[in-house]
Amino acid sequence: MSNSILVVGGGFSGLTAAIEAAEVGYEVYIVEKTPFLGGRVAQLNKYFPKLCPPSCGLEIQFQRIKKNPRIKFFTQAEVTAVSGEAGNYTVKVHIEPRGTVPSSADLSLLASSLESAVDNEFELGLAKRKPLYMSVPFAFPSRFVLDKAALSRADELKVGKSAFCDMNEAPRDIELNVGSVVIATGWKPYDVTRLSNLGAGKFANCVSNMQLERLASASGPTAGQIKRPSDGKAPKKVAFVQCAGSRDQNHLNYCSYICCMASLKQALYVREQFPDAEVTVYYIDLRTPGRYDKFLRKVKADEKIALVKGKVAGVEEDAATGDVIVEVEDAVKGEKRKHRYDLVVLATGMQPSLAGQKLPFDVPVDEEGFIVGGEEKGIFAAGCAQKPLDVMRTAQSGTSAALKAIQTVRGR
Amino acid sequence: MATKIGVYFDQSSIGGGLDLESLADTVGGKWGDLTPVCKVFPVLADKKARDEIIADIEEEGLDGVLLCGASPRVDWDLYEFEGVLVDRVNLREQGVLSYKNPDGSLPDPEAAPQLLEALVTDYVNMGVVRLQKTTAPDGSPSEGVRRVLVLGGGWTGLTAATNASLAGHEVVLVEKDEVLGGRALGLLKTVPLSHPYTDVHDTGIEKKIAAVQGDANITVYTKAKLAKLSGQPGDFTATIALASGEQEVKVGAVVLATGWQPQDTKVLEPFGYGSLQNVVTAAEFEKLAKNGGITARRVAFILNTALAEPADPYAEVCAEAPAEAPAPAEGEAAAPVVKDHESVRHLPISNAISSVVALKQAGYVCDAFEGGQAFILYDSMVVQGIHERFYKAAQDRLGVMMSKAEIRSITQAADGSLNVLCDKTLIGDDIEINVDMVVLPTGIVPATAKDPIVNFDYRQGPAFPDLELFEGYADSNYICFPYETRRTGVYAAGCVRQPMMLDAAEEDAVGATMKAIQCIESANRGVAVHPRSGDLSYPLFNFVRCTQCKRCTEECPFGALDDDEKGTPKPNPARCRRCGTCMGACPERVISFANYNIDQIGSMIREINVPPDMKKGGPRVVILACENDAYPALDMAALRGKHWSPYVRIIPVRCLGSVNAIWVADAMSKGIDGVMMLGCKYGDDYQCHFVKGSEICKRRKENIAETLNRLGVEPDRVEQYEVAIDEYDKLPGVIEDFMNMILEKGPNPFKGY
Repeated sequence: MSNSILVVGGGFSGLTAAIEAAEVGYEVYIVEKTPFLGGRVAQLNKYFPKLCPPSCGLEIQFQRIKKNPRIKFFTQAEVTAVSGEAGNYTVKVHIEPRGTVPSSADLSLLASSLESAVDNEFELGLAKRKPLYMSVPFAFPSRFVLDKAALSRADELKVGKSAFCDMNEAPRDIELNVGSVVIATGWKPYDVTRLSNLGAGKFANCVSNMQLERLASASGPTAGQIKRPSDGKAPKKVAFVQCAGSRDQNHLNYCSYICCMASLKQALYVREQFPDAEVTVYYIDLRTPGRYDKFLRKVKADEKIALVKGKVAGVEEDAATGDVIVEVEDAVKGEKRKHRYDLVVLATGMQPSLAGQKLPFDVPVDEEGFIVGGEEKGIFAAGCAQKPLDVMRTAQSGTSAALKAIQTVRGR
Repeated sequence: MATKIGVYFDQSSIGGGLDLESLADTVGGKWGDLTPVCKVFPVLADKKARDEIIADIEEEGLDGVLLCGASPRVDWDLYEFEGVLVDRVNLREQGVLSYKNPDGSLPDPEAAPQLLEALVTDYVNMGVVRLQKTTAPDGSPSEGVRRVLVLGGGWTGLTAATNASLAGHEVVLVEKDEVLGGRALGLLKTVPLSHPYTDVHDTGIEKKIAAVQGDANITVYTKAKLAKLSGQPGDFTATIALASGEQEVKVGAVVLATGWQPQDTKVLEPFGYGSLQNVVTAAEFEKLAKNGGITARRVAFILNTALAEPADPYAEVCAEAPAEAPAPAEGEAAAPVVKDHESVRHLPISNAISSVVALKQAGYVCDAFEGGQAFILYDSMVVQGIHERFYKAAQDRLGVMMSKAEIRSITQAADGSLNVLCDKTLIGDDIEINVDMVVLPTGIVPATAKDPIVNFDYRQGPAFPDLELFEGYADSNYICFPYETRRTGVYAAGCVRQPMMLDAAEEDAVGATMKAIQCIESANRGVAVHPRSGDLSYPLFNFVRCTQCKRCTEECPFGALDDDEKGTPKPNPARCRRCGTCMGACPERVISFANYNIDQIGSMIREINVPPDMKKGGPRVVILACENDAYPALDMAALRGKHWSPYVRIIPVRCLGSVNAIWVADAMSKGIDGVMMLGCKYGDDYQCHFVKGSEICKRRKENIAETLNRLGVEPDRVEQYEVAIDEYDKLPGVIEDFMNMILEKGPNPFKGY
């Protein structure tokens, strides 16, 4: 029997669940598959509707972790096997080597001296990174990661000489005994290249909403200057295409919850940087629930932002200029026209991270990959592993899952 | 107070060509017996160094350890030493990495320039004195009451009560009506709450009622209200008004789940409500359906409410001057003014609930009659997330028609039927729909918009202070922390917090219960709750010198301080969030924390070595940096290759609210040429972790400026800047501009006195 709690996923819902439970007095383990905690929100530039930075809330969460000895976390770690029952689970966790030794040594000079560069997953294909990296802003833990496979021969020699890198660190497998599990595995952007009519992945100036977050972030590949990927030009005319994959039985059979607010927010990013820029948002419905209504009206009041109920039929590229030509049907006016844009942002939907994955836990998952049960086994889904939510609702969900987990392990 | 401090330097993280051995000697020489050990380790983070420090602690009887290397935000886990005070000096980010020469050039990495040596020496000395002025905090545990008070016996309150009980807590549930169940009792069906989210179903409220009634851990008071809440988390006294009189119950924390009431139908008059027959609200239609009374075969559900709204519902309205409240009779205190926060805005704010309810009720029409027809006329169908599946299912239903539409008018025909005239629909303008009934949305007005509900017996008044900002909802202004209000120990859930459906309310109830239980456990351990969770320190008052000016009781963002008849503050440590705003407020400096106090920061400022001649040694500027956002931003700037003036000295503060004017005076009289205060954004979208700290600091700064002016010091030598954590890229520019201003001005006129 164990009164410890396992949280799978170190994004916002997982962090919330773990910290809230630990602050009541329970021992909690976080298992995160990437090298840093923070998850999707760490990639965002600002939150709607306050336009405040996500790193602010994450910093609080990290401080809470630092102060709380009841929280232990593993990065680059994945659950490989689970056995047992509510109150008594044995969980096997596989941990990949970080390749750097605990020390505060600043490895940035060594990192920048390396010759290889690979796609930076954090920047969603918009930038490269070195094989020794700490790409996440305000990274936690604040320790470099060595991507051994990406090192060139010359790099290997350099890294091998550093007292603070460990080329020979082996992967580890550990076993945890826990009484309850919170699955907070979150979401991934839907692969829009499957929406061949929208041009993503084909046309340089058709970017996803998550890519735009990186383009607008001070920590991103353009230091926060929104530029067209094809030529670095400042965009003057920008279109947002809503429901890119969402609300579509052939792709994601649900609404992704955040994209309307996200695009309205991003329209403000563009307008703030380029006072002359014109923005059009093509939507099916504008979903701005509750007090977000105020935000919608603030955006509507901007004369250079047009909100049009309309279906985007197709997207083409003008190869000579890199411009994107969007064919759209205005649902109210009933007319179909082509418009030319410098930049098109696809409001890419969220897909549960578990979609298409084999889960080590025996819990029911719906046809889209959302967890739809497991409570009786002491396994609780939190955040976007359960349904699409925004950050605020995710925090609510994580907090709630923490109490459910406590109820399961209490007194054991 | 640390009396024997070991000072340790981490060669691996500092570098920069500094001669650390000589620095260690200088520090050791200056502080003598206070720092019996000063050592340099090649790598502080490894086991050898740790073991050696532990040996030093034993052999030398150290009671403090000062680690000089990377930012304290890094590698926190490596440096814990039991039984001694541990502090860090940030020589990497705020020393070597961010250093640049006065001319902007970067130094030779192999040989540290003199200014860099002066900088790190100052920081180490400031660190030593900080540790010297630190005492280990002892915590202030509450009385240990673990009972949870749940206000409201509807869907959310029942869920909260059961879940608190399941977590092992006794519960007192207070419901204003005679029966439990709240508004869910009146629902015929609910929109789907679980997978596959396609069909309406029974709410299951009866099961929730039975669970509460059958739970020996839960005491239910019906026809009851909370008359008064006094005390603090872990030790509240709830005065409950019952039909039979008042009863006092000790509780540890509160879940506020008092729900909502339908908006005044007056706002719906432009749609003919009240003047036309068969124009009803969604709440009224639900009642009809519940009683099997639907007779209308063709029903229009109107979701586009623009007709009832002013062009900008959020524009500042010039409110009529409120009638003068009658002066209280002699000997009576004036009743606090309770503002009514209900407005037309509650109509659009309820859009998401209105949308799904229309879908559900359209189904009722089709269920009631073969050939029944429902028309949903919307601006946008706000059916978010997974509930899209319910929307899809409704779309597929025969008899349900939906269109975007602007409502031009609703009129009654001679036969009593209603004509809804619409423009900008998906089939064109000027479309007339003839129906038997029109259903208008019901705006969700939170209970707290109309009444303080909790009736805090606090000096700052009976209601939540931020209601204005949240349209009367008892909500949080933090996206990441939806349960944080300005009243510690009281957590809102359900429609009193935000308009929400039953599934969200259920989750919300459990979340708020979680926070209530966590608050109880924290109060009983004597530690702070969010955001300084686990902090054992709390404000200590030296009442002897208190002049009863009441600034601390008025300025506390969390209403933690009450006062007695004379105005002497009465602290409630379990309500306190440890921001130190009271400490910053106090002109007599009677408030302190064991590990954070006026003398400590003042002493750090006095440790800064200020060259007597600014032309030769350069100016000196103190940066008081909010440790929550500005400090990490400075770290991040340094890590991303930004540099700033070698003349600044950064001192972290808990919150700008804790900045006491005496620190500025200390700096000025020491001959320091300027003070920058870096804090969070304030205003409606405040980012201050303690709600009001940075805003209050701004107000105090104006007073400081006045004082400086009187003393002949230019007031702009002291400036406050709003810095978000992600604005690290702009920070060096801000510092640069300030330094240029100081250089232009010349030395502080007090320099050398």
